[in-house]
Amino acid sequence: MNFYAIKAIYNFEMARTFRTLLQSIISPVISTALYFVVFGSAIGSRMEQIEDIAYGSFIVPGLIMLTVLMQSVSNASFAIYFPKFIGTIYEVLSAPVSYTEIIIGYVGAAATKSFVIGIIILLTANLFVDVKIQHPIMMLFLLALTCISFSLFGFILGIWAKNFEQLNLVPMLILTPLVFLGGSFYSIDMLPPIWQQITMFNPVVYLISGLRWSFFGTADVSITYSLLAIGLFTFVCIAVIGWIFKSGYRLRK
Amino acid sequence: MNSIISVKNLTKIYDNGFKALDNLSLEIEQGEIVALLGPNGAGKTTLISAICGLLSVPENKIIVGGFDVAKDYRKARSLIGLVPQEITIEPFEKVKNTVSFSRGLFGKPKNSHFIDQLLKDLSLFDKRDSKNMMLSGGMKRRVMIAKALSHEPKILFLDEPTAGVDVDLRKDMWQVVARLRKSGVTVILTTHYIEEAEEIADRIGIINKGELLLIENKTALMHRMGSKNLVIDLQQAANKIPESLSHYNLKLSDDGLQLHYQYDVRAQKTGIVDLLSELKKASFKLRDLQTSQSSLEEIFVNLIKE
Repeated sequence: MNFYAIKAIYNFEMARTFRTLLQSIISPVISTALYFVVFGSAIGSRMEQIEDIAYGSFIVPGLIMLTVLMQSVSNASFAIYFPKFIGTIYEVLSAPVSYTEIIIGYVGAAATKSFVIGIIILLTANLFVDVKIQHPIMMLFLLALTCISFSLFGFILGIWAKNFEQLNLVPMLILTPLVFLGGSFYSIDMLPPIWQQITMFNPVVYLISGLRWSFFGTADVSITYSLLAIGLFTFVCIAVIGWIFKSGYRLRK
Repeated sequence: MNSIISVKNLTKIYDNGFKALDNLSLEIEQGEIVALLGPNGAGKTTLISAICGLLSVPENKIIVGGFDVAKDYRKARSLIGLVPQEITIEPFEKVKNTVSFSRGLFGKPKNSHFIDQLLKDLSLFDKRDSKNMMLSGGMKRRVMIAKALSHEPKILFLDEPTAGVDVDLRKDMWQVVARLRKSGVTVILTTHYIEEAEEIADRIGIINKGELLLIENKTALMHRMGSKNLVIDLQQAANKIPESLSHYNLKLSDDGLQLHYQYDVRAQKTGIVDLLSELKKASFKLRDLQTSQSSLEEIFVNLIKE
């Protein structure tokens, strides 16, 4: 294992975060704080409790997941797309590094950033609403697994994208709707029966539900299904990346 | 001498059907400087990319330092430093961090002293804390070389290192290559500048349409393939070349004071002695004689034409 290479890629990517601190960390925190002000305080105070949980607290897991998913995908996709775009990818491809080491470096850095942002949002939420976590270990585990799996997905997206438009296409047109319709701001029990069934095809429902369970002990979907869903998604992403590196898809001619 | 790079019957066909390399074989010895010449699209960059791992190649086709680039890619690649044709560096990162990143990527522990010395050797030390995007084109190219040398490679590929750089920087680059040769690094460079190959290479390879037309010692190549030109200065201007000398294919200068005779150094008889004798018979009075070797550029152009 080329640990120096993993460290080099990881540190190089983390350095980018510190160079762009405003964009990387402060921006998502401010956006989330605005959600809490609008949904948690302004609208939330007029909303009924959901499953005996105050609305402001209820949306905390959803908001964390919303930001973490988007950040994981955008961090990882940009991390691999940018070297492709400016041409510096040649160095990684000509270095004595294995595919696993490349992924650990890039995905590890992207997941770390998202995880840190997730924790910062959780701390920010505490300033606005009362947040109690019933299963803190499971919460951290789910958060970490989500960061890793969606960073893997972002990595695939970054390799697939041929231009910046394609890079933004999936997060804007697919991920954002899935997250908003995945129960970030509501319980799926509140939907009409037909929509409740359709919603179950949305993979993000399982992620938000799983994280919500770790906070409140209750959720729309069983924690087992949530863990299975995120495990399956991670496995599929790893399989796709394995194929990409083996075939050289959009990396090696 | 041992071969440090061995390419055996390598053919590379891209997905669009373009055959970039056609059954190409090549042996490069340790410590030598080889210049690969060829027109655009000849396959020079494809060959370098294949050796450096940027292209998928079958096993047992390319051996670097005794290691198969497909099977033992870690060991093979750790011996190689690559400076690609395009200047590609992270614009927002600082010079020293960029070079240190490359060292880590190639599996070497951090060594601030070595990186500082490398930056000094390449006249980049003063710019070590500057962002890459603030550097001039020439400086960026030096950073590319520093990155390629950061892991102390045994082989350095320079893909058109002096394309688009000014004369001073080009000469600086030649000095860098000369220093590398002294330290035992094998250097393979591609270039469009024939004078560059002539100046710094030990051996010259000529590639065209994916085929290696030849690879030969520079001096031997110029001796073997170069024709020579004999210039005969006359005491009195001649109006025309007499019929009796027509089979020598002489050319008369515009002022009539010089005769030019081109001959093949490989031929058993150059015809010079006979020519001089016949000039005397034809009452030409000679002032001086000079010979000149044809340049590598002429050899190159002739080979490509063939």
